[in-house]
Amino acid sequence: MTFEQNKLPCSYFTEKKPLLLENGTSIDELTVAYESYGKLNKEKSNAIIVCHALSGDQFVASKNPITQKNGWWDRMVGSGKPIDTDKYFIICANVLGGCIGSTGPTSIDPKTDEVYGLNFPVITISDMVNAQLRLINHLGIEKLLSVIGGSMGGMQVLEWAASYPEKLLSAIPIATSSRHTAQNIAFHELGRQAIMADPEWNGGNYIKKGTSPTKGLSIARMTAHVTYLSEASLTKKFGRRLQDKKEVSFGFDADFQIESYLRHQGLTFVDRFDANSYLYITRAMDYFDLEKTHGKSLTEIFEKTKTRFLIASFTGDWLYPPSENLMIVRALSAGGVDVSFVNIESDKGHDAFLLEEPEFDNAMKGFLESVSKGISI
Amino acid sequence: MIDNERIDLDLITSLVDEGTRVLDVGCGNGGLLESLKEKRNAIGQGLELKQERVNQCVAKGLSAIQGDADKDLSLYPDKSFDCVILSQTIQATSQPKLILTELMRIGKKAIISIPNFGYWKVRLGLGINGRMPITKKLLHNWYDTPNIHLCTILDFINLCDELNIQIEKTIIPSPRKIKSFDGLPGKFTNLFSEEAIFLIRT
Repeated sequence: MTFEQNKLPCSYFTEKKPLLLENGTSIDELTVAYESYGKLNKEKSNAIIVCHALSGDQFVASKNPITQKNGWWDRMVGSGKPIDTDKYFIICANVLGGCIGSTGPTSIDPKTDEVYGLNFPVITISDMVNAQLRLINHLGIEKLLSVIGGSMGGMQVLEWAASYPEKLLSAIPIATSSRHTAQNIAFHELGRQAIMADPEWNGGNYIKKGTSPTKGLSIARMTAHVTYLSEASLTKKFGRRLQDKKEVSFGFDADFQIESYLRHQGLTFVDRFDANSYLYITRAMDYFDLEKTHGKSLTEIFEKTKTRFLIASFTGDWLYPPSENLMIVRALSAGGVDVSFVNIESDKGHDAFLLEEPEFDNAMKGFLESVSKGISI
Repeated sequence: MIDNERIDLDLITSLVDEGTRVLDVGCGNGGLLESLKEKRNAIGQGLELKQERVNQCVAKGLSAIQGDADKDLSLYPDKSFDCVILSQTIQATSQPKLILTELMRIGKKAIISIPNFGYWKVRLGLGINGRMPITKKLLHNWYDTPNIHLCTILDFINLCDELNIQIEKTIIPSPRKIKSFDGLPGKFTNLFSEEAIFLIRT
């Protein structure tokens, strides 16, 4: 990572009140870096939280100051878009444990005045949600119109709805799961092992030692990136095409376009992400198991909740497949909850939720409009 | 929407109480749910086999999920809806008797509409012409029909009787004259009605 924390242009909220964590320890000083869009109305009833995924950030609909690219979901969030900034007040915060401004392993530990590194406590999805709760309390928002997120963002949405149903009018978990499966954990472990095998990782002390585990982190990203795509999308995009050559080289350069693409993905990722943060966040996802955390079945967790749900999945997503999402839908139905479910036909893999899918956009727009009509926004 | 469908929709809407929780099984693209929301302020939930139609419902702001009436009704808790609606669907399910039992378990009351196989034109088609009948309500050929469990009005009344289900109201929709009966329908209804709507309760 080449940028300095707390220097990025966005909003910051800092509180010197300990944040109790699921593992029993606490963080003494919490900083949440966030972006907001649109205007909070007088009644403070039009606020929506968008939760980002593993490698996402708070720049959901504004130019990312690190990559100079457009916001990661700017086709969904914006003026006149399904999550309409003309109507709603949208907050997107960097997660706890992240590396784009919120408290995480790259922050300074106030106890030692040194970078946390691996002294940062192992956090969970519910800790991330509690950090967001602090933020909305600070903003004086009693009730959210909706909490929306895909992938790890969807896990946060489920955790929000399970722990604070009275604070949510609606919840939109997308392409997600109520617990990480063995396959999900397996892919994350590959990434973590790649990072930890890089000698520059230095037992997690790389910032202090002035090294940078870029090799390990980029391999982690390459592995993960493949899981976000699908065979169909890879074939369509790359096939067996060669990169700037007519014949294979009989060597180990990036002969194929897919190799070159993945290497590029890995290399650019290390400019915007921290290796330890990657370990902590993937761990939080692996530990995610809503039923275990709440000590109840999914149906019991959500039974009779007044929160309205829209759940969305994509047919080509094999990382968090429709069946995982459908399991949540069934549990909600069994609990007498008002739930809608759209399964969108797409061959774009897990990443489909970030890409152009008009049917998904229409569902999002229609659902949010009907929720906001209920409170006449 | 053809006139007949509009009439059905209005009649079913009129049987639903103001502000109640309704499950529409086989909700299609949400025409009935919309009508119930507008005219009855109902809190509707739809179950529909075809995902494409579910997506259309959600885009209209209606609550709907993809599911199969034959398998997924068991998900819903006892008496979780004030009213459950099964419009022109029971004949296409694989276990109508089980579905009827499930509807009575989930809903405090149910509204069911059926195409009537006892209608004279249907009898004529099979009895005189010797061919599987095709009418306005039964549009399909024998080989592509989704209707695998057709019944007559009398058959349906018998099944309700067997399951100890009370028929509170029977309505016979027709573009010319709508007939409404408290309880069971009158004589000859089975012969002269193309379809029937029942309001039932255990």
